[in-house]
Order: sequence, then C-alpha cells, then structure tokens
Amino acid sequence: MFYRDSGLIKTTYKADRAIFPVDQDRWAIVALVGLAFLVPAVASEYWLSSILIPFFIFSVAAIGLNILVGYAGLLSLGTGGFMAVGAFAAYNFAIRIPELNIIVVLILAGLVSAGVGIIFGLPSLRIKGFYLAVATLASQFFIEWLFVRVPWFTNYSTSGVISAPAVQIFGYDMSGAAQRYLIVLAMTVAVAVTAKNMVRSAIGRSWMAIRDMDVAAEIIGVRPLRTKLVAFAVSSFYCGLAGAMWVFFYIGTVEPQAFDLNRSFQILFMVIIGGLGTIVGCFFGAAFVILLPILLDNLFALLGTGGHADLLSHAQMAIYGALIIILLIKEPHGMAKMWQIFRQRMRIWPFPY
Amino acid sequence: MPTPFFVLEVALSGLLAGLLYSLVALGFVLIYKASGVFNFAQGALVLLAALVFVRATEIFDAMGPATVGFWAALLATMAVMVLVAAAIERFLLRPLVNQPPITLFMATIGLTFLIEGISQMIWGSRVYTLDLGIPDEPWIIHGLYIGKIDLFAAAVAIAMVIALAVFFQFTRIGRALRAVSDDHQAALSIGIPLNFIWVVVWSLAGMAALFAGLVWGAKLGVQFSISVVALKALPVLILGGFTSIPGVIVGGILIGVSEKLAEVFVGPVVGGAIESWFAYVLALAVLLVRPQGLFGEKIIERV
Repeated sequence: MFYRDSGLIKTTYKADRAIFPVDQDRWAIVALVGLAFLVPAVASEYWLSSILIPFFIFSVAAIGLNILVGYAGLLSLGTGGFMAVGAFAAYNFAIRIPELNIIVVLILAGLVSAGVGIIFGLPSLRIKGFYLAVATLASQFFIEWLFVRVPWFTNYSTSGVISAPAVQIFGYDMSGAAQRYLIVLAMTVAVAVTAKNMVRSAIGRSWMAIRDMDVAAEIIGVRPLRTKLVAFAVSSFYCGLAGAMWVFFYIGTVEPQAFDLNRSFQILFMVIIGGLGTIVGCFFGAAFVILLPILLDNLFALLGTGGHADLLSHAQMAIYGALIIILLIKEPHGMAKMWQIFRQRMRIWPFPY
Repeated sequence: MPTPFFVLEVALSGLLAGLLYSLVALGFVLIYKASGVFNFAQGALVLLAALVFVRATEIFDAMGPATVGFWAALLATMAVMVLVAAAIERFLLRPLVNQPPITLFMATIGLTFLIEGISQMIWGSRVYTLDLGIPDEPWIIHGLYIGKIDLFAAAVAIAMVIALAVFFQFTRIGRALRAVSDDHQAALSIGIPLNFIWVVVWSLAGMAALFAGLVWGAKLGVQFSISVVALKALPVLILGGFTSIPGVIVGGILIGVSEKLAEVFVGPVVGGAIESWFAYVLALAVLLVRPQGLFGEKIIERV
C-alpha cells in the first residue's frame, strides 16, 4: 500500500538509472544510514566493539568476496590470505611511515592486497570451477606461511602477535569504541556504495557475462583476462581493507592466525547465506554469521549448564552446521532472495496479488 | 651433500605418506564422479569412521575374543557409515537437488561442522589409540627403514583402487554409477534410480573414509586433527583430476614424494615448514599446464 512503484513516472534516463529507483527505498536507506551514525549515542561499549564493528568489517570482506564469487563467478577460498595481506601491509605502512594518515594507510593496504590478488588471480584464466577454488588455497597457505616465517613483516617481533599502533586522525584520538565505530561505518558505506555502482556499470556487466558463460562473453568482446583480473583486484582491495580495519579498529593486534582458512570459509558462508551476486546480501550474511554464535552463546548461558564448556562449544558447532544446511535447503539463493520476496509482497500488500 | 641413499629414503617415506593422502582423496573422487558434489565433509567422515570404529572395538572386545572383535567392529562401522550415507542422501542431497554446485559445496561444509560437532559431543576431544595389531616397528632392508603401518596403508590404498576399478567396470551398479557420472538426466531417463546410486556412492566414500581413518588413526591416534588431513587430499585431488580414480594414486604419490623432498632439501633454505603450502603450489603449477589435472576428463565447453 505504501511501498509501491506505481505512479512513479520517470521522465529522465538519469531517474531511470538511479541506484534506488523507488522513492520509499531511497528514504529508507537514507534513514537507515542516518540511524547507524546515531547508534553510538545509545549503544553500549560492548555492542559497539564486539558486535557492530566486526559486523561492518565482515560486511566489507563479504562484499569483496561476493564481487569475485557472486558477480565474476570465480570461486575463491583465499579470502583470509588477502585479508592478512591487507592487515600486515597496513601495519607495516603505519609503523614505518608514522606520518601517514590512517585513511591513506588503509587505502595503501588495500592497494597492496589488490596487487597480490592480481598475482594469484592470474591462473584463473586457465583454471575454472572447483579446480580454481583449490588453487586459491595455495595463496591462502602460502600467505599464512609467509607472515609466520618472514620476520620482516612482523617487524622482528618475537611473539608473532603484535599490537597495532594507536590510531589518530588529524590529531584526534580514535581509540574509543564510538570513534572506531564511526570510522568503520563510514568506510563500509563508502565501500558498499562504490561496489553497488561498480556492479551496475560496464565492469559489473562484464563480470556477470564472464560468470554466466566466459566463452560466449569473450566472443561478444569482453576481454576475459582483464575482466577476471579486475575482479580479483577489486575483491582483494576490499578484503585487504577489511583486514586492515580488523587490525586497527577491531582487535588491535596483528597475527596471521586470525586470517586462517576458517576465516575464508566464514566469509564464504556470509556470501552464500546472504545471497550470491547481491550487495545487500553481504550485510544479511555477515549479520547471520556474526550474530548466530553470540545468540547461541547467550542461549546456552540462559539454560545454565555450568562446567560443560567443552560440550557446549561442540554443540554450538553442530547447531551452527545444521542451521547452515537448513537455511541452504529452505532458500538456496540466500537471504537476499527472501528479502526480495518480502518486498514483492509488500508492493501489493494488503492484497494477495 | 645428501647421499643418493638418503634421497631414496626421503622419497620412500614421501611415497608412503602420499598413498595415505590418496586414501582420503579417493572418497572425494567417488562422490564428485557420481554426483558432481565437491564433498568437503570427507575429512569429517574419516574422523567419524575412526571414532565409531574405536567405540565398536571397545564394545566387541568386551564381548568376545580379540580377532572376532576386530572384524565385528569393522562390519559394525561399515553399517554405521551406510546409515550416515543414507541420512546424508535423504536430508541433504535430496532437498538440494538441481542446486548450483557451490550451494552443495557450502552444504557439505555445514555438514562438516555438524559431524565434527556431534562426534566431539559424543566422544569428547581426547585422543584415542587405535590398535590394528600391526607392530609399530620398521622393517630394515639394506639399512632402509620402512614402517610396517605405512606399508599396510599402501597395500590398503592400492587394493581399494583396484577393487573400485573392478567394481566400476564389471558390476551392474558400477555401470549405473558410470552412467550417472556421465549424464544425470540421461541416466534417470533410462531408469537408473538416482537416489539409490547416491546412497551407494556415499556409502563407498564412507568405506574409503573408514580405511583412511583406520590407517591414520593407527599412525596418529584418533583425534580431531584427523579431519584436517582432508585438506592435504585436495592438492592430490586436483593434481590427479577430480574424475579419475587412478589419478588419485598417481597424484598422491607425486604430492607425497615431492613434498617430502622439498621439505628436506628446500625447506631449510627458506625457513622451513613449507609442507603447508608446497603441495598446493605444485598442484597449481600442474593445473596451469593441464587445467583438468593429470588424468581428469578434458573440459569441453560449448557455447
């Protein structure tokens, strides 16, 4: 009744191509982002630094992976590795050139990660499907090994775990939860908007053409190598950015173990559960993967079975696995599809059709 | 300068380790061939099979003489694996039929969490010892050390591959399996029951998991880290090709030997522990030349 596109007459091409063509969508998204910036006024420190900050960081990583897997159709299991590259690059930029603004550091880290992504993306021209997925594992393990073994990356720290330098922007201290939240949120919004626009533009269309049928795409004039490498570069840029934000705004320490294979799978879960080839799905997926373990934790805490911590963590693992399977069976296209169906319903509500 | 003898010794230990990887990779290939599913849960199945076997041996040992107990436990574990296969078919594959491969892949990762979670809930996370009755002492041939368990594992791996090859080639079900792996729809249209075939294939993969679990369990003890072994099977898999059973053996041997040689002779130069990624990089290099692996079916694309 209220949410509809009837009576919405577009008179210019610009209006037709708008990112949110329906008025209500546009208002809703502006309101949502506005509210998100007001959250620190009401949310507690715990909510900000343990739930919302990781949620946004994971969303950025999921957007990065979704560009590669969902839009370009290149299955990658090396996300953790690219995040690690971003994290270590940011750390090294920050301690070796302390004058650099943190934003510049983050972007440089993303660029380094993009470069590494291009190198590991080179085989994708020949290798396809699950062969490529296993081949990207090579990058995951190699990068992990590199950061553990080569002491230069960790600035010759002996423990292998190093804390990130304190963050300042134009002389302001950014170590408080609210400040960190705001900067992560701003980065996330910027990433989401650029990603959304990228997939709507020529490069996004050529990614999708490659995904749907790369031979056919090549015949109609899409250059496969360039398109695939750009996908790898953009994807790794976002993943590297997420890794850098992880270090500076979330846990504050740099350790290769934080970006192991399980991290890659976690982010792949977000992409698949959220919905392949959607930007909004990345946020749903990240929310699901972040919130579910916390929810299960609290649920078990409520039930109060003291002393069986081991059993509980295993039960959690089993429930997590089962929920993933159930969700995939119920809606194989992910939560973004559910959202789409819901919106379709709302357009004609309260009538059935 | 390493002596040729030392090189031989390292290569031999790599060869035997490689055959162990092949045992795990075998389960992947079986399932991929028949259903096109990249089954990430194979490692979890190995863990589950080993744990069930340990429990079954405990139960049967209490009841009768040890030799009978071993075979009874083996049969019981096989039965459990068939049940697990049937359950996976019913609750995972059937509802997800016709979904894109990546969705099925993620579902098997979910399955991995489920199996690992449940088996650790039941068995806890302690290390169980698994005794196959093979003494853990090496044979020494002209000063060359060969572990008896390794030899046993190699024999099991080769025997399984031969048995499977015969099964695929000469039995009725084997023919049906090959038909399904060629073309699902064509197989369905000539009356091959797809659901039944899937149960058979997952059961076979369960058997492969059981043997892998027995051998790895006897070597390392039955513990959670067994399921990580599956990750080592992946490069073997892509090196040999997803669809080739003999490729699994060749891939396993190649990976095992080159990995051990690299670890011993190249590792110290670059800081050691290159075993974690060497196999993957080797497989990647082979893929660049042959994108379908050494023995995989040639990938033909039609527009």
